[in-house]
Amino acid sequence: MTMTESAAPRTATREPILKARNLVKTFGRVVGLDGVSLDLYPGEVLAIIGDNGAGKSTLIKCLTGAEVPDSGELFVSGQPVHFKRPQDARVHGIETVYQNLAVSPALDVASNLFLGREERRAGLLGSVFRMLDTKGMRTKAKDELTRLGISTLQDVTVPVENLSGGQRQAVAVARAAAFGSKVVVLDEPTAALGVRESNQVLQLVRDLRDRGLPVILISHNMPHVFDVADRIHIQRLGKCAATITPQSHNMTDAVAIMTGAATA
Amino acid sequence: MTQQQTAGPPSAGHADLAEEFLDRQTPLSRIRNILHRYPAVSPALVLLVAVVVFGLLNDRFLRVENLSLITQQVSVVGTLAIAQTLIILTAGIDLSVGAVMILSSMVVAQLAVNNGMPAPVALLSGLVVGLAAGALNGFLVTRFRLPPFIVTLGTLNIFIALTLLYSNGATVRGSAMPGLLTWTGTTFPVGPVRISTGVVVMLLLYIAIAFILGKTAWGRHVYAVGDDKEAARLAGIAVNKVLMSVYLAAGAVLAIGAWIQIGRTNAASPNAGVDLNLDSITAVVIGGTSLFGGRGSVWGTLLGALIVGVFRNGLSLAGLDVLYQTLAVGVLIILAVSIDQWIRKVKS
Repeated sequence: MTMTESAAPRTATREPILKARNLVKTFGRVVGLDGVSLDLYPGEVLAIIGDNGAGKSTLIKCLTGAEVPDSGELFVSGQPVHFKRPQDARVHGIETVYQNLAVSPALDVASNLFLGREERRAGLLGSVFRMLDTKGMRTKAKDELTRLGISTLQDVTVPVENLSGGQRQAVAVARAAAFGSKVVVLDEPTAALGVRESNQVLQLVRDLRDRGLPVILISHNMPHVFDVADRIHIQRLGKCAATITPQSHNMTDAVAIMTGAATA
Repeated sequence: MTQQQTAGPPSAGHADLAEEFLDRQTPLSRIRNILHRYPAVSPALVLLVAVVVFGLLNDRFLRVENLSLITQQVSVVGTLAIAQTLIILTAGIDLSVGAVMILSSMVVAQLAVNNGMPAPVALLSGLVVGLAAGALNGFLVTRFRLPPFIVTLGTLNIFIALTLLYSNGATVRGSAMPGLLTWTGTTFPVGPVRISTGVVVMLLLYIAIAFILGKTAWGRHVYAVGDDKEAARLAGIAVNKVLMSVYLAAGAVLAIGAWIQIGRTNAASPNAGVDLNLDSITAVVIGGTSLFGGRGSVWGTLLGALIVGVFRNGLSLAGLDVLYQTLAVGVLIILAVSIDQWIRKVKS
């Protein structure tokens, strides 16, 4: 279903959830981003690929509030926004899963999902004694995992360090996707994983997309990108060299555009 | 489903086949997983064995008066160890706990005796000293990003010097103090035993801190910060605020420790308890709290403090020289850290 819809987003009339226009970011004399625009539509997986130094990370950091662009505009659901901190992006529903897996190993799955947004008990226990609603959070965590279709995490009371790499990645993704977020940004989610675990994570990305949550995926792994992406944004030398689809181009073409050997 | 969840060492990077093999559990790895989940289990077992062995060695050991004496001997170190646990949970260490406690106790005693302040005001001043010391440590750790070891090594010396300057090296006797200051040294009968008020104050502190660490968001953030600072920051936790509040809380606990110390020794002496620093770290480590942060509990620390107290008391009742007590404590520390390392292998 998403194939045909997202393959022709430019002709579609619907509003992008996240829209960037002419983002410029310089670091001293080094130009990180040289006027990059990007659209993310509901229910699509947009992959961002590019060689080292092409501006992938800078682009993502500008989209998620980790860096402030020198100029350019950002819109969330059509509204102009300015992110000064990652927290600002989070308030607007943009959640990021960082490459180094921002989970606390010794805390259990439910605690990790609610880390930084814990819920307290009702009544005096919560207001006076600041007591956590551990049971309630566990129930909600379970519901949220079911809703996201994450089946590899059944027991939310297990410490995260007891989980496999793929399951940990699932916890990180679940935290990003849970609680009404609008966009999930995944930075190299399969970089440290084995074959089976990578497939689990890719399936998770598809599941999120099928539930209508758009995903931005940064990856070096071409087969993974072509496996799950609806559209592929290719960065080269600080600019967007092309935006292609897995149907319009093959992997060799993509690499050629990435390295400057060809144009779209 | 649970098989996959509770499976042994996760092995990212191994081929799937190897992973299947590593998932098999041996009895030893099962024990390790239990210890890993409940860090207070191993100190509880050690304490139990120690009590039984010392009880068999000497009839007097298990008498209620002796057990009551052990709790009194443990009350000051046990309180300091609460503060130490808070700091070590954040992957820090506080070498200045003993010095802060002594400084606070000297201020309380001097203000009450030499400056004629009312006892409650003197005690509150002691609390202010504890909070100020905690604030200084916390400020240096969070703002200047200095390692807690170095910061508290420096403030340890500063606080010792301040104590000596302030007191001119003179001890304040308990007989000259108002009753409130030595109240923590009083005892009350419970059946055949006399319980010291200071021990009760210490136990109430344990209950309060255990509740806060285990049941509140702040407590969870303390663990998260100690576990992985960067992950906590990315999850939206204000890491520096949490660290600062931990050092302040530790300072407040130390001020209460100063009050217990005055009651216990019936005096405030600038030269007392310099070795309390290391004893508090010993209690925390034996209690199963990891020096790498994010893992452990205050209940483990209480057990750790009791273990040290039981060993010292039991060995001296067995007629051994005091040097052997020190030797035993040294062996205990190394054993405890070895077990901690072994338990942590679940992770990697």
